[in-house]
Amino acid sequence: MSGATLTGLPPKDSAAASRLGRRRRRRDRVMTGLAIISTVLGLLFLVSILFTLFWRGLQAMGPQVFTEVTRPPGSGGGLLNAIIGTVIQVGLGTVIGTPVGILVGTYLAEYARGSRLGNAVRFVSDVLLSAPSILIGLFVYQLLVLPFGGFSGIAGAVALAIIIIPIVVRTTEDMLQLIPNTLREAVMGLGSPKWKMITLICYRSVMSGLITGVLLGIARIAGETAPLLFTSLGNLTWSVSLTQAMSSLPLTIYAYAGSPYEDWVSLAWTGALLITVSVLLLNIIARIVLRKA
Amino acid sequence: MNETANSRPAQSARAAAAAGVTAARSDALNPARIAIRGLDFFYGTNQALKGINLDLPAQQVTGMIGPSGCGKSTLLRVLNRMYSLYPGQRAEGEVLMDGQNLLAPEIDMNALRSRIGMVFQKPTPFPMSVYDNIAFGVKLHEQLSRSAMDERVEWSLTRAALWDEAKDRLSGSAMGLSGGQQQRLCIARSIAVRPEVILLDEPTSALDPISTLKVEELIDELKRDFTIAIVTHNMQQAARCADQVAFFYLGEMVEVAPAAQLFTAPKQRRTQEYITGRFG
Amino acid sequence: MSEAQHIVKSYGQELQLLRGLMTAMGGIVENQVALATDAILHGDAGVATRAVELDLQVDAQEREAEQLVIRMLALRQPMANDLRQIVGAMKITAAMERIGDYAKNIARRSIVLGEHRLPFSLAGIANMSRLVQANLKLVIDAIGENDATKARQAWQADLAIDEIYNSIFRELITYMMEDARNITPCTHLLFIAKNLERIGDHATNIAEHVHYAVTGEPLREERPKSDGSAFAGARLPDDMDPS
Repeated sequence: MSGATLTGLPPKDSAAASRLGRRRRRRDRVMTGLAIISTVLGLLFLVSILFTLFWRGLQAMGPQVFTEVTRPPGSGGGLLNAIIGTVIQVGLGTVIGTPVGILVGTYLAEYARGSRLGNAVRFVSDVLLSAPSILIGLFVYQLLVLPFGGFSGIAGAVALAIIIIPIVVRTTEDMLQLIPNTLREAVMGLGSPKWKMITLICYRSVMSGLITGVLLGIARIAGETAPLLFTSLGNLTWSVSLTQAMSSLPLTIYAYAGSPYEDWVSLAWTGALLITVSVLLLNIIARIVLRKA
Repeated sequence: MNETANSRPAQSARAAAAAGVTAARSDALNPARIAIRGLDFFYGTNQALKGINLDLPAQQVTGMIGPSGCGKSTLLRVLNRMYSLYPGQRAEGEVLMDGQNLLAPEIDMNALRSRIGMVFQKPTPFPMSVYDNIAFGVKLHEQLSRSAMDERVEWSLTRAALWDEAKDRLSGSAMGLSGGQQQRLCIARSIAVRPEVILLDEPTSALDPISTLKVEELIDELKRDFTIAIVTHNMQQAARCADQVAFFYLGEMVEVAPAAQLFTAPKQRRTQEYITGRFG
Repeated sequence: MSEAQHIVKSYGQELQLLRGLMTAMGGIVENQVALATDAILHGDAGVATRAVELDLQVDAQEREAEQLVIRMLALRQPMANDLRQIVGAMKITAAMERIGDYAKNIARRSIVLGEHRLPFSLAGIANMSRLVQANLKLVIDAIGENDATKARQAWQADLAIDEIYNSIFRELITYMMEDARNITPCTHLLFIAKNLERIGDHATNIAEHVHYAVTGEPLREERPKSDGSAFAGARLPDDMDPS
């Protein structure tokens, strides 16, 4: 009943096997060691960034950050106008960009599978996803700032919308692609028109994925500086007018951090902390939503 | 029943009646509800069905067997024109129902699919409550009052042998049901639309043996009201459920016969080799 | 008829085993009938005993075949020709077991018959036994070779046996009317002839099973059984059969 006679193969050389095993275990230990060292290095940078951020950011933290607008150096003041400006522009950008992104993603996943136009749209969208954001700023500058004679909140919102669109397109398409075709056929098999299938069944079954995509998109545009430089410019006074230059957290950080005034630099760190914490929160919410699904 | 009193089906039907069996299958086939004539089907340039001629007898079960890729599932997808969801797929020939060619371009596909329902291999519950799963299809074709809808939901769940298990969780998510329950929900969902024909594409291949038997018993119940076509990889299942069995191979229908005849004495060598496990 | 191999080899082997059992069993009952006939014609008690003893073997083989059939039905879920072969095997081995019983019965009677002096020749019985044995051999060949044509031949040949049986019946009645001392041996010979006739019938049944197993077509429609009034006096009801 030996293995050799049953299979017609020569018997196993157990000495050779254990030599091989030792060599493999050695290599395994080397690889594991390298991976651990890299991980520790990466974590060190991350922890030191976060530590510095909290250390410096908490120095100027206080209620006045949320209740007072930016003031000249040495006279105190907060970040209220920057916070409100960011909320308005990001909110508006999301409201404009999300429906467009979802509809484009739907087109790609449900209507244009394998079609030439669909592939072209997908390619352009992916290029847009990785395009430098300052390019978007320049584009909107040409489109909305120069013709209308000035920087404006609306131009900033449009620039952010253009950035969020490809993100939402990608997540929407990816999520809809995950739906098995049999589910679509089951809906169509009941005699449902296609639009009802998409709106009543497909969206519903990927709802958490869509919400996650939008949340991650918001997190991305909340920290954008470059596209706002040429569009809403930044504003050191209180303004919520969409046709005027509008303040925002990233731009205020940009302006304050490079200044020679101690209290401004301190406020810049606080602003950075605010953005980081809110992006972190959005990510956590997105994860929770996704896990619930 | 057959007029010739001494014919064997009539005798066995009498014996069955004497034994108190009511739903015994006989070799006698009913007139066709759907008649397939000279059907060819193409995936692009690849011909998947070649000159199929087949009758689906009314209020009886037609089983379709054959190796993977033989065209049996494709045939089901032609009957409710599911193939037209995909570009590059086309059918030629005739599928006649009430004298109308279902392949004609002027056929309203949504109306067609309300007459010919389909249940798939994997259970496909919609991401909503049990109740809404059934109401969804009904709402597409009828406007019912709340109480009429309640009645319809109960009726279809009862017919699908799911009412007792589901009546206390109608508002719960359909995703929470077991695999066998989900499949019966899918059957309930398609009969709620009150089709005339039900197509079953390997409906039990993802189910455990007990759930499978429940679905098979259900098929036996449903054929009083519906004409049924079932594609299955399980020959014993075809033998258990079908009144008529068709064997497909490489896009051709090799043989069709009453189930008892096909499984005891098939006429074609290829059929025999396939059902006895002597292929290739 | 060369056939494709089963994908599951052990299934094919089991079918072969079943066929082997049937032909082996057929060989034994064939031998039994030959020995029993010898015993009658030569009054050899030793030969008769051997024929009787063989019956134990036949019974054991029938049980073995039945076990195998039930096992295959449960484990293989046979279809089509396999199903017909397997169910047929059960009926065929049962028929062979009956043939064995009849042969045993004939052998036992030959011992009683040996105590009597017979004033007439046994050529009729010898002739009938030859025909029955030839038919039995044909039908067993049909099993071994899966040959429907041979099965049909054997099935048709039964007509000749029935006719011989009828003439022997009349002949023996004549002997009994001639001389009352002939009554005892002739009665035994009557039963022997009847048993041979039953063996022929069972061979016919086997032929029917073989034909159905091979072709899927039953062999009943044009059965050449001349069951007319001429034979009315020559047939015993089965329940009076002394075997």
